[in-house]
Amino acid sequence: MTTQNQKLKMALTSTPMILIYVIAVFCIVVSIRQPAFLSPATAINIGRAGIFTMCFAICEMVVIISGGIDVSFPAVGCVAMYVPLYLNYHGMLPDNVFAFFGLAMFIGLIFGILNGILVSYLKLPPLIATLATSSIASGGLILALGTREFTTLPPSLEALYRVNLVTYTDAATGFTYPLTILFLVPVALCVVMALVMHFTMLGRGLYAIGGDANAARIAGFNVRLLQFFAYIFCGVAAGATAMIYTTLMHSSTTTALMGDEMIIIAACVVGGCRLTGGHGNVGGTILGVLLITLVQTNLNMLGIPTSWQTFAVGLVLLLGAILTSIQAKRQTKLGKI
Amino acid sequence: MSEEIFLKLEGIKKSFGGVHALKGVDLEIRKGEVHCLAGENGCGKSTLIKAISGVHEPDEGSIWIDGEKVEKMKPMDAINRGIQVIYQDFAVFPNLTVAENIALNGELKNKAKLVNWKEIHETAAKAMEQVGAHIDPDVKLERLSVANKQMVAIGRAIVNDAKLLILDEPTTALTAREVEKLWAIVRNLKEKGIAIMIVNHKLDEIYRIADRLTILRNGAYVSSGPISEYDQARFTRDMTGKDISGEKYNAAASEEEILRVEHLTRSGAFEDVSFTLRKGDVLGLTGLLGSGRGEIGEALFGIAPAESGRVVLNGKEITIKSVADAMANDIGYVPEDRLTQGLFMQRSIQDNTIASSIRRYMKGARLDEQGMEDATKHWIKEIGIVAPSPKPAVRTLSGGNAQKVVIAKWLNTDPKLFILDGPTVGVDIGAKSEIHGILHNLAQQGIGIIVISDDLPELVQNCNKIVVMRDGKVAAEVDNSIDEISLSNLLIGANEEEVESK
Repeated sequence: MTTQNQKLKMALTSTPMILIYVIAVFCIVVSIRQPAFLSPATAINIGRAGIFTMCFAICEMVVIISGGIDVSFPAVGCVAMYVPLYLNYHGMLPDNVFAFFGLAMFIGLIFGILNGILVSYLKLPPLIATLATSSIASGGLILALGTREFTTLPPSLEALYRVNLVTYTDAATGFTYPLTILFLVPVALCVVMALVMHFTMLGRGLYAIGGDANAARIAGFNVRLLQFFAYIFCGVAAGATAMIYTTLMHSSTTTALMGDEMIIIAACVVGGCRLTGGHGNVGGTILGVLLITLVQTNLNMLGIPTSWQTFAVGLVLLLGAILTSIQAKRQTKLGKI
Repeated sequence: MSEEIFLKLEGIKKSFGGVHALKGVDLEIRKGEVHCLAGENGCGKSTLIKAISGVHEPDEGSIWIDGEKVEKMKPMDAINRGIQVIYQDFAVFPNLTVAENIALNGELKNKAKLVNWKEIHETAAKAMEQVGAHIDPDVKLERLSVANKQMVAIGRAIVNDAKLLILDEPTTALTAREVEKLWAIVRNLKEKGIAIMIVNHKLDEIYRIADRLTILRNGAYVSSGPISEYDQARFTRDMTGKDISGEKYNAAASEEEILRVEHLTRSGAFEDVSFTLRKGDVLGLTGLLGSGRGEIGEALFGIAPAESGRVVLNGKEITIKSVADAMANDIGYVPEDRLTQGLFMQRSIQDNTIASSIRRYMKGARLDEQGMEDATKHWIKEIGIVAPSPKPAVRTLSGGNAQKVVIAKWLNTDPKLFILDGPTVGVDIGAKSEIHGILHNLAQQGIGIIVISDDLPELVQNCNKIVVMRDGKVAAEVDNSIDEISLSNLLIGANEEEVESK
């Protein structure tokens, strides 16, 4: 009986449940101050705002679970969004959605392979390796192709931009809130990766190498190949995500995503990933992204100036870190079994 | 146990870059027997295990498994032939569940692409049943005690059809009771016809479990035979190549009091502890894990100070509220986990030796290099640290030598009282007796020595006075005329069932 109570208590106070409580409290507080918050429009806004964060967070999550870290995806993403539009502008790339996304993903692949070689073959610390890749990608791009800004989309991307999943019209104000079809990308990515991480030897292998690389080697996992996969997946998916960014934001610059890595890593950590590897899952990461997106997009509804945003995100990260530490303490208190 | 031989090695030789790690080793392991492989550190045990498990290919010699000569064996071949090694760190995944840890290797062996969670749970349940352990399959490994992690590792080996299970120093991190449980499991596996090879060099532990014994020394085969043919003297002689006296330590009678502890209490750890240490005494402090034996050492050294009670050192009452207080009163302390708490592994012998007495070598803003080197050389010679110079990093030393460096570090502070927690854990028999010799010498010079340990033979042999702790209280104070069995009974309390039910 007691063990069952204890189990229930543990389940109710687990990290994801606490995140859900925090999110719920935040939503309740906002909706008390701004009843307009409780509207499908809010859901659509958050859905739209969270698209890139979610995709990038899944990329980063896979790398973190494998015991690594990738801080190069914003720079790689910039290359992946800039080069295709640049080439198209100069008539060197056909105006075709598949061409744009294909090239973006190919660029991501190249940098993913580079990261993979640096980390799994040359055994560089992942932070340093991907920091180098980041600088090389970002600096190389500016050196080779200059710093322009593309603010008009080629017709094919513009057409993609106009495809919506649903459009909600607010009866009172007449405003319309469209939800882009591209929202399906993070949804699909989450579903697929949740299945991969839980039900395939590839996914379990990533957990295994993140937990103890040496034990994984003895068990017969191909540690190098798995590390390689993590970085390549991260690169390719980040490339595609960058092209989604360009499509939705009508903007492609050489620095658009720079600096995003910290907030993405924060979302992963808040969602239960441990930077030491081996821990984290898609569900937790979704909660982490949701919380951070909520804070980013709805602070003004609480009457807090947007300039407080970074500060507030810092608080969220702190919450995540403290939560992890408290949970670890609780576990020590429970003792070994 | 049958007479049928499962594994036979003949004249196995292996060298690495000119160093002969194995110089012709013979070994025979029969089906369903428990075979102990013993030898001091560096005798080639690890290399031999790696040869058996296909990690190293021997330069010379032959290996027969199940009557079949095997050549160019790879790790996977060894596994497929039923050889499973359980390394000291168990090679388990802390972040995965018990069930997954048990079943993942098998899934991998079958080249599965997808994970069948139902099958994983079935496999884990089967393994647990065979091992006879009851561990929640959904708990992550990081939550398990060392003993239970070991159960999981054994379970994993068994479900992978182990015919020979090699346990590399399986008892190092276990309590006496956990060792008993492990031996019960080993007996159970033995009855199933599985051969078990245990690497261990504590005769009192293996006496209760092993059928036969093989001893290696310096990479060479020394002797082999039924365990009944060995007594402590032969065992030690075969392992070290020299006779080590089994004489007990007896202090020259003295009434001069060095340390008196009265009513020392720290709530939750120990209560009303009193004892006296006279000149020449080596005082043993023992008890089960959690009895407060280690906490008293920590209190006397100020790591977790006592809340009440008196400590009188050399006739002067002292107050110890911090490590700095303890050091100011010339108390030295060697922690149980010396590798993480007592040594800077990456630094040189010299840096470690002077680490606690560095102020002495400050000459203005500079350090007296010559003085530090001289002091280190003095201790290298004095207590027999095997090292070419004061310069090598401590991590390159063997366990026994590293332990001597910790001792040197404190001796260099001229301690009046020297507390050692588990001073010979992980130390070879040869080095062990040297360390004991050092301690006896120090005691006779008038330094108070307290040895905290649960190694009962060690205590009886080396301490002339033993304080037994139980549940935070002093259960008994005895001299070294006590035998190990009575001492062991004192440790767990007269009424064993009561202890069992806790």
